[in-house]
Amino acid sequence: MGRFILRRLALSLLTLFLLIIVVFLLTRVFPSDPARQLAGPFAPQERVDRLNEDLGLTDPQLQQLGRLVREVVTLDFGESFSQPGVQVVDLIRPALGNSAKLVVLALLLTMPISIFSGVLAAYRKDGALDRSVVTVGLATASIPDFVSGILLQYVIGVRLGWLPATSNAPDGTGFFSGFQYILLPAIAIAFVYFGYIARVTRAGSIEAFASDYARTAVMKGLSTPMVVVRHILRNSLQPTVAVTGTQMGFLFGGLIALEFVFNYPGLGGLILRAAKAPDFPLLQAGVLLVAIIFMISTLAADLIIAWMNPRARLGADR
Amino acid sequence: MSAGSGSGLKQVRAEQRRQLLTSPGFIVGMCITSFWVLAALVPSLLTNRAPNEAVRVDGSVIPRQGPGADAWFGTDAIGNDVYTRVIYGARNVLIMAPLAALLAVIVGALLGLLMGYFRGWLDEILSRIIEAILSLPVILLALMVLVIFGNSRPVIVATVASLFAPVVTRTVRAAVIGETELDYVTSATLRGESGWYIMTREILPNISGVFVVELTVRVGYAIFTISTLAFLGLTAADATTADWGQDIANSYRLIVADQWWPSVFPAIAIATLVIGVNLVADSIEEVTRQ
Repeated sequence: MGRFILRRLALSLLTLFLLIIVVFLLTRVFPSDPARQLAGPFAPQERVDRLNEDLGLTDPQLQQLGRLVREVVTLDFGESFSQPGVQVVDLIRPALGNSAKLVVLALLLTMPISIFSGVLAAYRKDGALDRSVVTVGLATASIPDFVSGILLQYVIGVRLGWLPATSNAPDGTGFFSGFQYILLPAIAIAFVYFGYIARVTRAGSIEAFASDYARTAVMKGLSTPMVVVRHILRNSLQPTVAVTGTQMGFLFGGLIALEFVFNYPGLGGLILRAAKAPDFPLLQAGVLLVAIIFMISTLAADLIIAWMNPRARLGADR
Repeated sequence: MSAGSGSGLKQVRAEQRRQLLTSPGFIVGMCITSFWVLAALVPSLLTNRAPNEAVRVDGSVIPRQGPGADAWFGTDAIGNDVYTRVIYGARNVLIMAPLAALLAVIVGALLGLLMGYFRGWLDEILSRIIEAILSLPVILLALMVLVIFGNSRPVIVATVASLFAPVVTRTVRAAVIGETELDYVTSATLRGESGWYIMTREILPNISGVFVVELTVRVGYAIFTISTLAFLGLTAADATTADWGQDIANSYRLIVADQWWPSVFPAIAIATLVIGVNLVADSIEEVTRQ
């Protein structure tokens, strides 16, 4: 087990290093002059040059890359370019918190219902219920998040008036009453992920239902719910856990358009603004943070799977 | 159907075609997709107005009018017919998305074949790079690339294609590795055939199903990605061009003021198109898997 974790960790670090290089190269070719932007269009050229030196943009490329690696390791990205005097981490922290709140709520909404529908669809494979779960899942999963966001905003937020149409809670809103303001974007995410998770769970469960151990459990007289809880879920949830792990990066950094629709101050919107500004330290920090979240969550998913399935654990150890 | 005698393969293909043409998902998906392709090719067949022509009633422009007899889907803030813009809006995304998907599949097929057949250190290195790229959301990378290289159509197509190519490469590579373990490849190797011959003449025909599935699935994702980029204001520099994502971006703030039609109709258009394409992709995948 220890060797398995170490191997996965080493691979993640290698991937992270490659990504740092990718992000570094991308920000190197940005068609802009950050020092000129900071100093203003009418500043004398000497001042711009001096600023460029202060920012370290005239150092050798390899030295700059080394600095970026150090920034990632120490999680200290210095000051923002677009908001001088403000530390990048101070801009990232609230956005990360907001994104996390939205993701947790969305997963709480999505997971139980998708797993339940997936197992049920597999149990009644090829029946009417199975067909509708598969078709509805396909439809909701293929619609872009901002499109379902807009449709939900209109139908539930405006037409029916059940929930606030935008996510801007008035000042002084309590922690729990604040939740209704992010319920609509969370439902929009649930829309996308219901189909995704339900289909993966269904596929895993079909295999588990067809297995010898499931048949044995039925034959020794266990009731169907008991078979599902004791034997099916442990095996069918492995692909579900794996998929959820790989989607975490998208949930934190890929919902830019959805955050836009509901005017939600999450991580995606922060990165969009950093790219448009452009604000290199903020952009680099934001993008690499999304990558780190992806790596931690896939690693966590692998560990959960290894814990659920000794075979995967032993196979990886060999 | 590995080594597959010619007639056997043909029979399989004919059976797959028959199954596909009787699958309800495929028929419904094809109908929806064909409608939007028709709108993209000959929009004038479906509407009498031009996308930038203000709707006039008794000589005066009627902006922000709800859906009704004068304009079926209402009019937008400057008086254009929303229905006409929805019809014309199909063209932009339906030119770019299939092109991007096709490019991604070509590049992915080439890389996947080379990596899966030769393996070795090049495969190791490329696999690591692919893993690194796949660990970031497509939209995030696309946004950085577009900010750097501008947002002309060729740049958007190239960006989406190069961001989808890693996924295709991984799928093709896995399929190729599966094939190289089969007897027909071993026998071709023992016959002394060249690596290029084995890749293109032996392995390629046997994994053609993978390409068809990848292509249709990627078209769906490309529509998803390109319309999202358009919504974020990262595509189509010309604001007067009818484009679903861009039209939604221009009017979604009006939803809370109950002026829902200029954004909800293009949103429904995107939703139906991606559902249509995905129904087709899903039924093709189902048929080729059997």
